[in-house]
Amino acid sequence: MPGRRLTRREALKAAGALAGAAAAGRLAGLLPGAPGPQQTVRAAAPSGTPLRIGFEVHRTGIGAVYGRWYERTTTAAVRFINETGGIAGRPVQIVAEDDGTDPKRGVEVIEKLAQQHKVDFIFGTLFSNVVIANAPRAGELKIPYFVVSEGYHVASGKLNRYTLQPGITDVRAQVTALAPWIVNNLGKRIALVYPDYAFGYDHRDFMGALAPRLGATIVAQVPIPPTETSFTRYFPRIPANTDVIYHVMVGPGVLTFVKEMGEHFGARKPKMFGFIDSLEGVDIAAPGLEYLDGTYIWEAFPRYAGEYNTPHERAYRQRVGVGPTGASTADPKDISTYSHMFGCWETLFFIKRVVEASGYRSPRDYKALIEAAEKVTDIAEGPGHPQGPKRFVGRLHQVFGQQFVSQVANKRLKVVHRTKIEDGMYTPEADYTKQPL
Amino acid sequence: MIASGHLFLALLEGLVSGLVLALTALGLSLVFGVMRIVNVAHGEFFMLGAVIAWFFSAALGSFGLALLAAPLAVGAIALAADRLILRPIRYAPEATIVATIGLLYILQQLVLMVYGPYARPVDAPVYFRVEFPWFGYSGYKLVVAILAALLLGATWLLISRTRLGLYMRATQQDPDVARAFGVPTERVYAASFALGAMLTAVAGALVVPIQQAHYLMGLDALLLSFMAVIIGGLGSLRGTLAAALLIGLVDGVVSVFFSPTLAKIVASALVALVLVGRSGGLFGEGAT
Repeated sequence: MPGRRLTRREALKAAGALAGAAAAGRLAGLLPGAPGPQQTVRAAAPSGTPLRIGFEVHRTGIGAVYGRWYERTTTAAVRFINETGGIAGRPVQIVAEDDGTDPKRGVEVIEKLAQQHKVDFIFGTLFSNVVIANAPRAGELKIPYFVVSEGYHVASGKLNRYTLQPGITDVRAQVTALAPWIVNNLGKRIALVYPDYAFGYDHRDFMGALAPRLGATIVAQVPIPPTETSFTRYFPRIPANTDVIYHVMVGPGVLTFVKEMGEHFGARKPKMFGFIDSLEGVDIAAPGLEYLDGTYIWEAFPRYAGEYNTPHERAYRQRVGVGPTGASTADPKDISTYSHMFGCWETLFFIKRVVEASGYRSPRDYKALIEAAEKVTDIAEGPGHPQGPKRFVGRLHQVFGQQFVSQVANKRLKVVHRTKIEDGMYTPEADYTKQPL
Repeated sequence: MIASGHLFLALLEGLVSGLVLALTALGLSLVFGVMRIVNVAHGEFFMLGAVIAWFFSAALGSFGLALLAAPLAVGAIALAADRLILRPIRYAPEATIVATIGLLYILQQLVLMVYGPYARPVDAPVYFRVEFPWFGYSGYKLVVAILAALLLGATWLLISRTRLGLYMRATQQDPDVARAFGVPTERVYAASFALGAMLTAVAGALVVPIQQAHYLMGLDALLLSFMAVIIGGLGSLRGTLAAALLIGLVDGVVSVFFSPTLAKIVASALVALVLVGRSGGLFGEGAT
């Protein structure tokens, strides 16, 4: 009896075709050779063979918020570079590929970008688990791999000479720069709340090691699984006499976390210091975040216009399409990941610098390119580096820069402190320059 | 005193999450019991409930209306899925699993395309903080627990006291005999599928003010519902209810006193034990 009428099948086919078409739209960018939605931005000025940069992007999966903004920033940066003469006179072409924020898929993306698309370099990965899975493959394929990830994995020396992080500072530098401010201004009995994986352990280990040296005590360590949706059950582990809750969270749960913290502690509110990672893509004025009022947040790059008021910041904000509150100029509900995505912009300008310095023409020149990168030290603030001046440490393959402390007030973030580059410098452990190329 | 405070918190958290899970799992159990199919896309109905609730409360400015609109919209989507996907493959068990996996991805990716990757919050319709001697607690969570309990009661009444409920139970016992007695089994299938989806959609909508709407939130709901259904006994509504509350409480107590990861391990071990010891589940096969 069922299936007797053909109309049903036709309807099913129609639905299937619709879904298929929708999926195909997304997949077009994944198919080898298909131009699809990959941004092919060429300007009149640069000429010759394009420099092809593979962009591994978290379009889907848990990193999709970041991925969306990494892609917008990258598109804007490439447009800017191409409008101003390209890289070494060549136009830049981005070949974007989704990795689903999945380490396994990430490795396939690296292989595909390197071997099928034959890109010159690969860049853009954020999530540390994906970076850690990808880097060894990039090293085996001997292709320069520029990550925009923030984890300590590059500077730790665990990766390889082909992996560099020239556009964003690492967690260890952030914690090193901020710990003295936290202890001196907020209190000495600190409870750490962090995600239960590598990125969170970096916070635990570095803050845990720095606190005793600054005369502070870690009174509780509360790891939270990244997929957690309810947090009330963790709060009993935070002792009543805690001065400061140091919280860093990733994933969609942050609003719940803050709200439940408010419900749990109420007026007995400890001081709080959080990392913007939790609030990237989230409106500070969102319902539920009221409890954050008066607390402090680390920002890499102040989200609200005017808080770091430089011409380069204003030009960058406008080119990427971010309004004064950190939301997209096209949609006020679409909040950017302002403290991370500048890393894509700055990484592309770092690539421009080292390609031009090394005289890079083709993959035969990888050795010269990496050696030129390792020689970079000071990076001046400018249109390509709007977040501020930087110092690149060649042996670590890691960049250092200034950090910001902002206070939540009137449902926005107001910068109250800016660290110097030196505040975040730590004694290097690794030396990639000793590895063979 | 601190320990008793912790235990109280653990039980409270467990009860709230257990009741929400019960709604979700009941939907899955209903679909399995009556239709004998495994709906892998069940968690996506939970997610859709949350996302649509966000949409309506943003558009209409009223969470109450959203709480009504979300399950209705999800029910309509489920009816369409039944009509366009399940019925044409004649509810064949293997084909259904594959088809609903496809449905899972289609729904998830459509939401990603239309709604985006953000976790979006909704203001709780009632907001008050209940102050206990040891800590404060969200008044809205208590409201969620009460609403979930009421809905579970209403579903039980629907199944035990109404004609549709009778048809559903008859179809569950023996679809051929039911058809011979004039029960429109196809419509019963459609109704069960829609009802199952609506129950989980309500659960999804209820939790939006607590944990926001996000396009990947369906996966956890699906896994926990499967656990509840397996522990409770496939197709047994009573068993599902009991298992959901058990999982909620175990999760609450173990995660407050030990660690949430251990709580998940205990719940999974429970599933394994039930499968080894009583493969029909705690409440056996066929009971309602």
